[in-house]
Amino acid sequence: MDEISDIVVSDEEEEITADVVLKTLQTAWQNERLAPEILPHNNDMVECMLGQIQHMERNINKLPKTDLRASIHKMELSRIKFIICNYLRTRLNKIEKYCIHIMNDEKQRIETGTNYLTLAEFKYTQEYIANMEGHLKKVVLDKMPGNMKSLEMNKMAVYPNLLTHIFLKANTSINGVVLEDLVADQDEEIDLEEGSQHILQYKPIADLVKNGKVQLV
Amino acid sequence: MFAEKVIELLKEAERNQDTIDPFNDEKIRQILEEMQTLFKMNMNDANATSENKSLWTTVQVRHSALERNKRCLLAYLYSRMEKIKTLRWEFGSVLPPDVRELLSDDEYEWFSKYSTNLASYMRSLGQDIGYSGIDLTENLRPPKALYMEVVCAADYGKLELSDGDVVMLRKNSRHFLPAAECQTLVRQGVLKQIL
Repeated sequence: MDEISDIVVSDEEEEITADVVLKTLQTAWQNERLAPEILPHNNDMVECMLGQIQHMERNINKLPKTDLRASIHKMELSRIKFIICNYLRTRLNKIEKYCIHIMNDEKQRIETGTNYLTLAEFKYTQEYIANMEGHLKKVVLDKMPGNMKSLEMNKMAVYPNLLTHIFLKANTSINGVVLEDLVADQDEEIDLEEGSQHILQYKPIADLVKNGKVQLV
Repeated sequence: MFAEKVIELLKEAERNQDTIDPFNDEKIRQILEEMQTLFKMNMNDANATSENKSLWTTVQVRHSALERNKRCLLAYLYSRMEKIKTLRWEFGSVLPPDVRELLSDDEYEWFSKYSTNLASYMRSLGQDIGYSGIDLTENLRPPKALYMEVVCAADYGKLELSDGDVVMLRKNSRHFLPAAECQTLVRQGVLKQIL
C-alpha cells in the first residue's frame, strides 16, 4: 500500500503506475471470475484505483460538458468502475455460496496472517452466516422435535469444485507441476513454458494462480 | 406415506425456478406436525424396544423420514433465500408491494438483514481513502455507451443528475440520460430503454 501511494505522488510516473494498477486489477478480475474458489483479495489495488477514479473525475469536471475529451474519459472511467464492481460482486457471490467453507478456512488463515478476505468481507461473511442460521432456526428448526433441532452447518456447506478444468496461460516458466492421477496412481510432472497456454485441472495449479505465476484465460 | 408433503413442497418450488412463489405457510405447518407425530411414535416405540426388538426397524424408518423432512425443509428455505437475494440486487432495499406479499414475515426480516449487511459492506468500500463507498448494484452490465435513450413508463417526478441538472420524468416522456444514473430506474421499471 505504501509503495503505491508513494509513486502516485509524482506527476510523470502517475500515468505508468495507474496503468500497471489497472492491468493488475484486470488480471485479478479475470482470475476471480474464472477460478472456482475464492482468491486472495487485492484490496490495495482496488483502493488505489478508486483514488485514481476520484482524481480523474475531478479533472473531468473541470472540462466543459461538450468537450470530447470529457466523454471519452468518462466512458473509460465507467468501464473501470464496472470492472471494480464486477470484481467485488464476483467475490461476494462466491462468499455467499461457499460461506461455511470459506469461513472455516479463513479462520485458520487469519491465524497465520494469510487471509484471503478483506476485513469488510470477513465481517460480511460472519453476518451473512449468522443471519442465515437465525432464519433457518426461527422458521423451522425451533419447531421441530427435540433431536432434530440442531443445525449441522458442515452438512449444509457447499464446496467449490476444485477438480474443474480451466484454461490458463503461464506468465513465467514453471518446472515440475505435479498432476495427480487418481485412476492409475501414477503422478505426472509437466513443465509450463512462458507464454504457453494449457487446459488443466484447477487444483494442481491453484497456488500458481494465487502467486501470479499463471493467469486464467 | 412419510415425507410426502415435503416432496410436494419442493416440487412446487421447483416448478417456477425463476420466480418466487408465495411462502407456503400451511404446508410447512403440516410437515412440522407430521414430524412431531413421528417423533412421538418413535419415543413410545423406542421405550418399548427393550422388550420387543422387532420395533427397532420401524423406529429407524421413522427416524429417516424425520431426517428427510428436515433436510428438505432446509433446502426449501435455502433456495428461497437465494431467490430473495436476487430480489435485493434487482429492486434495491425497498421491495415493490406485490413482491413483498410473496415473502413470509420472517423472510422479510431476513431480507432486511441481508440488505443492511450488504449496504454496510458497500459503505465500507474505499473508506480508508475518503470514499463514501460504492454501490455495487449499479454497473450490473458492462457499459456500452455513456448515454441512453429512455422513455418513462410511470410518473416519477424530479430526477437530479450528478451534474446538478434536474429532469422531470413524466409518463411517456422521452429522455437522453447518462446510463450510469438511470440504470437503477430502468431495473425498477420506471424507465424503459429504447433500442
